[in-house]
Order: sequence, then structure tokens, then C-alpha cells
Amino acid sequence: MPYPLHIGAALDGVEDPFDLASYAGAARLAEEAALDFVALDDSLTGADRPDALLTLAAVAPLTGRIGLVPTVTTTHTEPFHVAKAVASLDHASLGRAGWRVEVSRTEADARAVGRRGTAPDAALWAEAEAVADVASRLWDSWQDDAEIRDTATGRFVDRERLHYVDFEGPGWSVRGPSITPRPPQGHPLVVVRADGEPSLRAAATTADVVLVAPATLGGARASRARVREAVAEAGRDPERVPVLADVNVFLDPDRPGPSRALSGLTHTGSPGALAETLLEWGRVVDGFTVRPSSAAADLPVFAERVLPLLRASGAFRGEYAEDTLRARFGLPRPANRYAPA
Amino acid sequence: MGGSESEVRQVRLVAHFPGVNNTTVWSDPASLSQIDFSSFEHLARTAERGRFDYLFLAEGLRLREHQGLIHDLDVVGRPDTLTVLAALASVTDHLGLAGTLSTTYNEPYELARQLATLDHLSGGRAAWNAVTSSDAFTGENFRRGGYLDHADRYERASSFVRAVRAFWDAAGEGAGGTGAGTARHHDRFFDIEARPTLPRAPQGQPVVIQAGDSPQGRDFAAASADVVFSRHGGFEEGKAFYADVKRRVRAHGRDPESLLIMPGVTYTVGDTAAEADEKALHVRYQQVSGQTAIRFLESVWGRDLSDHDPEGPLPDADPVAGDTGITRGRTRLVRDPAATVREWRELAEAKRLNIRDLVVEVSARQTFVGTPESVAADIVTHVRERASDGFVLVPHITPGGLDEFVDRVVPLLQERRALRAEYTGATLRENLGLPPR
Repeated sequence: MPYPLHIGAALDGVEDPFDLASYAGAARLAEEAALDFVALDDSLTGADRPDALLTLAAVAPLTGRIGLVPTVTTTHTEPFHVAKAVASLDHASLGRAGWRVEVSRTEADARAVGRRGTAPDAALWAEAEAVADVASRLWDSWQDDAEIRDTATGRFVDRERLHYVDFEGPGWSVRGPSITPRPPQGHPLVVVRADGEPSLRAAATTADVVLVAPATLGGARASRARVREAVAEAGRDPERVPVLADVNVFLDPDRPGPSRALSGLTHTGSPGALAETLLEWGRVVDGFTVRPSSAAADLPVFAERVLPLLRASGAFRGEYAEDTLRARFGLPRPANRYAPA
Repeated sequence: MGGSESEVRQVRLVAHFPGVNNTTVWSDPASLSQIDFSSFEHLARTAERGRFDYLFLAEGLRLREHQGLIHDLDVVGRPDTLTVLAALASVTDHLGLAGTLSTTYNEPYELARQLATLDHLSGGRAAWNAVTSSDAFTGENFRRGGYLDHADRYERASSFVRAVRAFWDAAGEGAGGTGAGTARHHDRFFDIEARPTLPRAPQGQPVVIQAGDSPQGRDFAAASADVVFSRHGGFEEGKAFYADVKRRVRAHGRDPESLLIMPGVTYTVGDTAAEADEKALHVRYQQVSGQTAIRFLESVWGRDLSDHDPEGPLPDADPVAGDTGITRGRTRLVRDPAATVREWRELAEAKRLNIRDLVVEVSARQTFVGTPESVAADIVTHVRERASDGFVLVPHITPGGLDEFVDRVVPLLQERRALRAEYTGATLRENLGLPPR
């Protein structure tokens, strides 16, 4: 892979998951280190944590450059709410929003909402693809120049520049247009974790960035090749869809290593050894999601003792160049599908 | 409401972000973005400087339509309510953060979790205006779709709110949320159960606001709400509404002071009473453009009047009876169009009013118009005489529409010891003087 790498940080290991200051501190640290984004996992009932999108919305005004990528589930949630929430995160952060599209598999999630039972992965991911599709249509349902404030005709908007989406999903439909104007990035960054055939398919059709969790260098090479093949089969350019590998890091010598098996590469030990591993892996993947076991303990060590080694090898940026998250991944602001050419 | 200020009833104040209707003037040079976070931040910081209790955001679920087309004369579009409130938690320290969120197009568990998240992120400042919506028009954007029978609206809403409270109460009290139980809610509307993923919220239960006005809606609020967002800002109507709702609160076995009544109001201040009147009239003409006046008549007449001149006389044609569906996404403005049209014709004849003048004449005036001194005095009087417990101020300019109120009226309220000089409570619930729950 040509350097430089893309590196994001997962904030799931913050000190106090119910305290905004914990997230803000970790996100600022990641921003000082010029990381691509911070990510926060979510599920309705899975783990003891707050709503990820709202948490990163609160982080938005406290940061200025770093991308914000919450996990957003699509199985029991409303596509219309999801689309406007992600768009609004993009508005509040001035173009730094992404979302990791996820499904709800568990019986517990299904019972919390009570609308229907669990479903096979293939059906869940087909629906997730539909939700990602309708979200991008809802983002486009306002042309960028829809608001005209024309006092001569008394019109605030030009309704010719607002569009019904009339989308038919599996068992639901959305009429549109969105209530929220098109977000600054046009389409906030779509991230998908490819951890099985159905999610790989969804990633291939919809993702701007794909996450994988290989445990070995060979596995990483194979994972990326699989993603690229699927992206190409879906008729898209694999060069435009970076693949990032998870790295679980335990850098604090005073803290224990993993207490249970984690998926993906797990590093315990010295910062120098981690830098070497990342430089080696960085030849076969496009970047990493660093998952510190403790944001407060591991993230500073990563920023101060690992990143300088990557920078010395030309593998990571020293400062931000682009303003939006899409631009950081080399993606243009997309044309609006409803706008006249 | 105790302590050294017990001799003066305390005024509660709420800042309403300007909404998607013609109260909001978008044509004024001072009018900035309805979408940019900086606008929300400006209003929130102004409200906090003025020691307001909370900021209030309405909710959008479908763009309004007129004659089957998107209504284009008023402000259109807004960001997601909860997302904006969460971001505002970071730029304020004491201000409550309230949002309207439909009980029809949300799910109790998810909403309970989102509001609990907002309460944690803000250190106990979340509030929820629980509204019902029932029209198939809005439903076209949602999984649930379809029409909800009118009779079921409050029953379902009531069930929804009980479910949300059950999820809040099941949260664990221990460190990190340990000790959480599983909340179950089974009735003809919901069949749900879950174990909360957040510890008990700083407020215990976030503040619940309701806005119902029908007898059923008033009872719904009286049974369990913390705040009523009322439409009765006038003095006499306010007193009647206040007495009625507080009676209902007592009938439900609750302390009448445990529910606050907060009407939505507008204001204009000037250096003199005459200047304030002049400014108020100017604002109303800004709110009612010629095109808006025609649309307003169309919604009453129930027919297309686009060939009429707003500077000309009222239409000769009679109104169409019944629900014509000419406007969608909001309720029809008058109940008996024929009677209303008769009255308006007489009024226009007597005062020699053209269409636009008439609409300015018959549409809502600003609630408080006067010098800062007289507006402050009026507000104190309304609260002292129990026409309300405070007000939801709806400015007409985004985002600076409260600046003048906070700079000129708030200090006078503070001088009269009717408004706090500093926040004293740790949470919104405490600042509002509401009992824990």
C-alpha cells in the first residue's frame, strides 16, 4: 500500500462511559494526534453505554478537525430519523460526520422494540443496505441551493429543488423529502464492518470505508483482497474504498492485557514494537482502527510514542490538510442525484 | 420556590428556537441560518445568560404542504432535535435542553435511552415534550405509517410515556449502572422488555412536558407531566386555563405546584410604548407577506385564491365546507369557515382593510408589547396572579431574537427578584423547583 495510512481511534475504552468529559478528553487527544476519526460502538441493549451518535454530537463542538463516526443500527430504528440524525451530526460538526452502519441481531434488541423478532443476517443486511440507500436519497432530497430567501416572491425555498424520494424498503417506505437540508459533506462517510458474507455484500455496495478484523498479516492481506473483489463485483472502484484493520492495543505496562479473546490484531507490549507491526501491516491494508483498552492510558502513549515512528517512515500525517472527513479519505463531495445536470 | 425570594413568585423562562411557521421572519437582514449549529449555540448562550430554565426545540417529521405542494413561504427545514440538543450540552452549563419528540413515530425503549443519554451528557438537563401525532400524511415517512385513530391517540401516548418512565426507573443505581433491572411493558399498544444500558439519569427521570389542550389532553398532562406548554398566553384565558389544569392536577392526587404551566408568547420592546407598538406592527407585516396573506385565506376558504391581489379586497367566493386537505402537516386554522368569513368581511368593510391588512389584523398579535419596564411588569403580574408559572418566549428572529429581551427585560425581572441572578440547582428539575421523581 502506498503510505500514508488512515488511522482512527475507537473511544469505547474511555474511563467513564457516561461522562462527556471522558469522551471529549480522548477525542481532543486523538485530534491533537491528527487521527482521521474517532469511533464509538453502539447497540440498543448489548453493552452498558450511551447512544453513540448523541455522544459524538456532544463531542462535535469540543473538537474542530477530527472525524466523528458513531455506530448506528438500522434494524429496529426509523430510517427517516437515522438519516436526519447523521445529517445533523454533519451540520453540527461542519462536515466531519460518518456513521458505521450496523444491524441488530439479538433477541434482546428485538424485545426492546417489540415490532418483530430476530431475522437471518442476510435479511438484516439487505435492510441495512436499503437504509443506507434511503439515507443518501434523503440527504439529496434537498439540493444545496434549495433555500433561496427570495423576498420578491415571498419564497423561503424553491420547491423545485426539494424532492420526494418515494423509497420502498423491505416492509416500509419513506416518502420524503428530508426535514433536514443536505449536510455539508453531501453524504456523510459510510463505514461498514465486513465480518461475514452479508455484511461484506453491504459493504461492497454502500461503504466508503470498510473495517475488518484479521488476526494475522496473511489474514489481513486476504481480508483486503476479499473486500476489493466484492467492491469490484458491485461495480465500484476498489481504489476508492479503503480497508482498515482493527488493532487492539494494550500499551500500559501497569495494566493487564486482554482478559478475553478479541477479534483482530491484539498488541501488548512496547510502543516501538507496535509501530513496527503497523508499518508492516500498513503494507497490506489501508489503515487501522486503533482500539485502546483504556483511552486514558493507551491513547497518550500511542500518540506520543507510536505515531512519531510512523511519521518518521512517512506512514502517517503530521497535521490535518483537509477540512471534511470525506476529503480526508480522498472522496469528492458527491453530485446530487436529483439536481439537474 | 422557597428561601429568601419566597415573597415574589419566581418567573420560569424558556427560549423557543424559532419554528417553521410565519412567526419566524426570514426576510429580515438580521435573520441568519435555521440550520447551522452556530444559530442554536447563540440562542442557547443568550438564554443561559438570561438565566432561563431551558431551551426548547420543536420537531419536524414531514415538510408542510399547501395544495399538494411543499409550503414554500415560511422557514422550511430543521436539524434533528436530539442531535442538536446533545451538541448544545457541550456549550452550556446550566440551561435545560428540551425537545419535542413524537410518541407516534418513535419507540419507547429507544427514546428512553436517547433521553437518558442526553441527561447524562448534560449532567441532568434533559427534557422531553411528549406529543401525539396521528395523521397518515406524516406517517408516510415512517415504518409505522398510517393513521392512528383519534380516540387512541392519548391512550397510546399515555402508554408510551409510562413505558419510557419504566425504562428510566429500571436503570441501575450502582456505579456504572450496576443493579439495573429489566423493565417490562405489555398492553394493547406495546409488548416490550429490556434492561437499560445506562445508569440512573442524573435527574432520575428527565423532565416531561406536554402540550395537550383538549379536555383529554389536559387530563393526560395533569396525570403525570412536569410542565404544560400551553397556548394561552393572554391574562384572562391564561388564568382560566391555569385554574382548570391545576384543578385536574389536584384531582389526580398531585401537589398542584408539582406541575408548571408555561404558555408560548411573543414580545416586542421599544424605548416608548408608541415605539414598541410601531415595531410590533412592522414585525407583523414582515410575518404576513402578501403571498402569506393569500395562503392564509386559502387555508380558511379551502380553495385556490392565487389570482387575488393581496393589496385588494377579500374574495367574493364562499368558503368550501369540510376538510379540503388544502393544507397538510398542520391543523386547519378555523373550525367554522363560513362564520369566520362573514366576520372578516364585516371587519374589512368597517376598517377598509385589504387582504394583507386583514390577515395582519386577525392573526396573532405579540403577547407583550411595550417598554422593558412594562413588559417586565406584565410578566410578573401574570405569574403573581397565576395566569402562568412563566413563559416560553418565541422570538421572531434567528438567532438574535432574544438578545434584546435578555439585555433589557431580564435585568428588570432580576431587580424585582422574580428571576434568579444565578442558577442554584444542580439539575433542570431542581432549577424548575420540581419534586424528584
